Amino acid sequence: MAKQVFTRPKALKDNIFHYCPGCGHSIIHRLLAEVIDELGIRDKTVGVPPAGCAVLAYNYIDVDMGEAPHGRAIAVATGIKRTRPDLIVFTYQGDGDIAAIGTAETIHAANRGERLSAIFVNNGVYGMTGGQMAPTTLLGQTTTTSPGGRLPLRDGFPLDLSQMLAVADGSVYIERTAVTSPKNIIKTKRAIKKAFQVQMDDLGFALVEILSQCPINWKLSPVDACKWVEEEVVKSYPLGVIKDTTQAQNRMDRMKRGKRAKT
Amino acid sequence: MTKQLMRGSHAIAEAATRAGCRFYAGYPITPQNELPEYMSVRFAQLEDATFVQAESELAAINMVMGASMAGVRAMTSSSSPGISLKQEGISYMAGMELPAVIVNIMRGGPGLGNIAPSQQDYLQATKGGGHGGYRTIVLAPCSGQELVTLTIKAFDLADAYRSPVILLGDGLMGQMMEPVIFPDPIDPAALPKKDWTLDGARGRDSRLIASLHLDPTEMEQFNWKLARKYAAICERETEHESYLLDDAVVAVVAFGTAARIAKGAVNRVRKAGLKAGLFRPITLWPFPGKELRDLTRTIKSLLVFEMNFGQMVEDVKLSVGEQARVHFHGRPGGIIPTPHDIGAAITKLIHRYGL
Amino acid sequence: MGITKTIFSGFGGQGVLMMGYVLATSGMHEDKHVTFLPSYGAEVRGGTANCTITVSDEPIASPVASFPDFAVLMNTPSVMRFEGGVKSGGAVFLNSDLVELRPKRRDIQVVAIPVNNIAERLGNARSANMVMIGAFVQKTGLVSLKSVIKSVKSIFETKGTKVHKINTLALKEGAAFVKGLSGS
Repeated sequence: MAKQVFTRPKALKDNIFHYCPGCGHSIIHRLLAEVIDELGIRDKTVGVPPAGCAVLAYNYIDVDMGEAPHGRAIAVATGIKRTRPDLIVFTYQGDGDIAAIGTAETIHAANRGERLSAIFVNNGVYGMTGGQMAPTTLLGQTTTTSPGGRLPLRDGFPLDLSQMLAVADGSVYIERTAVTSPKNIIKTKRAIKKAFQVQMDDLGFALVEILSQCPINWKLSPVDACKWVEEEVVKSYPLGVIKDTTQAQNRMDRMKRGKRAKT
Repeated sequence: MTKQLMRGSHAIAEAATRAGCRFYAGYPITPQNELPEYMSVRFAQLEDATFVQAESELAAINMVMGASMAGVRAMTSSSSPGISLKQEGISYMAGMELPAVIVNIMRGGPGLGNIAPSQQDYLQATKGGGHGGYRTIVLAPCSGQELVTLTIKAFDLADAYRSPVILLGDGLMGQMMEPVIFPDPIDPAALPKKDWTLDGARGRDSRLIASLHLDPTEMEQFNWKLARKYAAICERETEHESYLLDDAVVAVVAFGTAARIAKGAVNRVRKAGLKAGLFRPITLWPFPGKELRDLTRTIKSLLVFEMNFGQMVEDVKLSVGEQARVHFHGRPGGIIPTPHDIGAAITKLIHRYGL
Repeated sequence: MGITKTIFSGFGGQGVLMMGYVLATSGMHEDKHVTFLPSYGAEVRGGTANCTITVSDEPIASPVASFPDFAVLMNTPSVMRFEGGVKSGGAVFLNSDLVELRPKRRDIQVVAIPVNNIAERLGNARSANMVMIGAFVQKTGLVSLKSVIKSVKSIFETKGTKVHKINTLALKEGAAFVKGLSGS
C-alpha cells in the first residue's frame, strides 16, 4: 500500500501561488502553514499581511487575516492582540514595510514587548513596485533607483533592523535565517515555530528575519539568486540567532511585575 | 445620577467608557491631552480594557484599526495636526468598513498653527479627509452634556454603519467645564454581536478584512456599496437644533463652539428687538441640508458664522441655492469671538437689508 | 440674577483657576447653570492664567464673555488686560498687595483686598485665593458663603482636616473684610 509522505498543510489554501518563479515567499508561506498545523492553532491565529508582494498572503494562509496599511502591520497586530490576548497574532512584512516605512511601529512594538510574532522577509528590494532600492539593499547593489549601485553617502548604508530590535528590552527572540537550501529551510521552520511558541508562552516580542530571493528584480536565475544570498547577502546579514532571552527568568519576572502594577 | 462639574475632554472619555469602549490608543497633543490621561486612569480600573500610549498618531490609529477588527469598541483622539496623520488609517477603516470613534479637538492651522479653539478642519472632516472618496459621520457637540450624548451616539453609529465616526470639537469644548450627567454604563458583552470580526476561525471558514480590490469590477461594486451606505446615512441620520427661528428674519448658521457663542449673540440682539435665530447642524456629515432648505421658505437671510475663513458656508450655499442670501462671518485665528462681535454682525445685516 | 460672568486672572501659582473652579462648583451645588472656561496650554505655561465663569439661572448660551460683570484681578498685568472689558456698572476685585495700579474708570466699582497680608496673618500665604473668593461671594452674592465652604471642603477632601480649617478660616476672613468695608 502506498504511503503518503508529502501533503498540503491544512492551514494552506488550495490556491496556486501568484509569486514569481524562484521567489522565497511561497516557501515561507508553506512553512508558516506547517507550523500553524503542528502547533494546532489554526482556529485561534490571526495574521496581518503587509502591502507589497505578500499582500495576497490571505489567498494562501487559511486563518483569519486583517490587512494593514503599508508599514503598520505591527500596530494593527498590537490592537488585535491587546484586545484578544488569547489569539496568536503574527505579522508578515517585507523589508520596505518593516525596515523603512514601518520602522517606528516595529521598534516600539518590540520595546513594549508586544506578544507578537513578526515574520520579516528580507529580499533587499521593493518587489511589488518593480525593484526599487530598499533600506536593506546591499552596498553596490543596482536597483531601479540606485543606478550604478547603492552608494552609502547618496543612498545610506544597509540597515540591520534585527540588530536594532535586539537592543530593545521587550524583544525576546530574534533569529535570521534563509530559504536557499533544504538545511536553511528546516532552520527557518524551526525559527518560525519558536517565534510562535514565544508568543504562546507570553514572553514578549519575537521576530524571524528570513533572507529571501527575488530573482526577477535581481535579474538572476532562481539558482543564482540563492547563490547570491549565500555568498553576498549573508556578509551584511549573517545568519543565526541574534537574541534569545527566553530562558532569562528574572527578565520575565520583571515584565510580569510591571503587568500587575498596571491593574 | 448626580451632576458632576467636568472638563469636556474628561466627559468624552467617561462617556466613551460608559458606551462600552474598551480600547484606546493615542499620542500626546494639546489641547486634548486630558482625554488620554483620563483614559489611562479609567481603563486601569477595568479588567477588560486596554489603554496604549502609542509612539505616533499613525500607530495609534492603526492599533485602533486592529482592535476594531477584533470586535471591540475602540477610540482614538487627537488635535488637528495629529488628525492629518491619522487620515491614512481612517481611509483604510472606511475601506474595510471598520467602526471606530475618532475625536478631533481642533486647533488653529494650517501647519502647527496654534492651540487656540478653531474650526479649521470642517472640510477635512466632512469631505473624507484622506484618499479614496469615503465619508465619515461627523458629530459636532456644543456643550458638556452633548459631549456625553454624542460620544455615546458616535459609538452606536459607528457600529450600526460599520464606519469611522468623527467627534469634532475644539479647544474650548475640550477644556471648558460644565455640569454633566452620565447614563448608566453599557456592558460591552450586551452589545449586538458582530459577525465579521477576526477571532480565530473556530468552526467556520477563515475571514478576511481588507480594503484591497485588485479587480476593477469588484472595486466598483464595493464603492457603489459604500455610496448606498452613505446615501442611507444622509437619509436617516441628520440632526440639527433650531433656536428661536419661528419668527426670525435672519438665521445664524453655526456649529459647535461657534454655535454656542452665536446663541449668546441671538439672545443679545433679541433684547434689542431684532428677530434673529440660530440653525445649528449637529451632524456636519450628513449635513442637514434639507432642513435648512425648508427654513428658507420663511427666512431669506442666512449668516454663516465659523471659526475659520469659510468652510461650512459651502454646504449652506449648496443646500439653499438661490432660495436665500448667504452671508459669512468668520474668525480664523484662534481668537475666541464674543457674542457682542456676532451680535454686531447680525445687527449690521438686519439694518443693511432693512429686515 | 440672570446671567453673570466673571473673569479671574493672575500669575500661575496664585490659584486663579481654583477660584474659578470653586465658584463654578458652588453654583452647581446651588442648582444653577454654570460654565468654567479656562485659558490653557502655552498661555498658562507663560506665567499668566485666567478663566471665565458663568453662573446663571437659565441655560447658558455663550460661555464666552463679551463684557464680564466682574473681574478678579490678582496682579498688575491682569488689571492692564481686563479692566477695560468689565461691563459698566460692574466691579473689579483687586489683590491690593500686588496691584499698585488702580482702575481709572468711574463707572465700575473697585474692591481692593490685601489678600496676601490676610492670608499670611492666618499663617498660610497660599490661601490668599481663598481669602479672595470669600470676599468675592460676600460682595456679589453670586453664591452663598456656605456653599463655597462646602465646595472647598469637597474639593480638598483628600488633604485632611488641617487644610479644611485653614481654607474655611481664609474664606470667612475674606468675607469679613468686605463686610468691614461696607460698614465703614
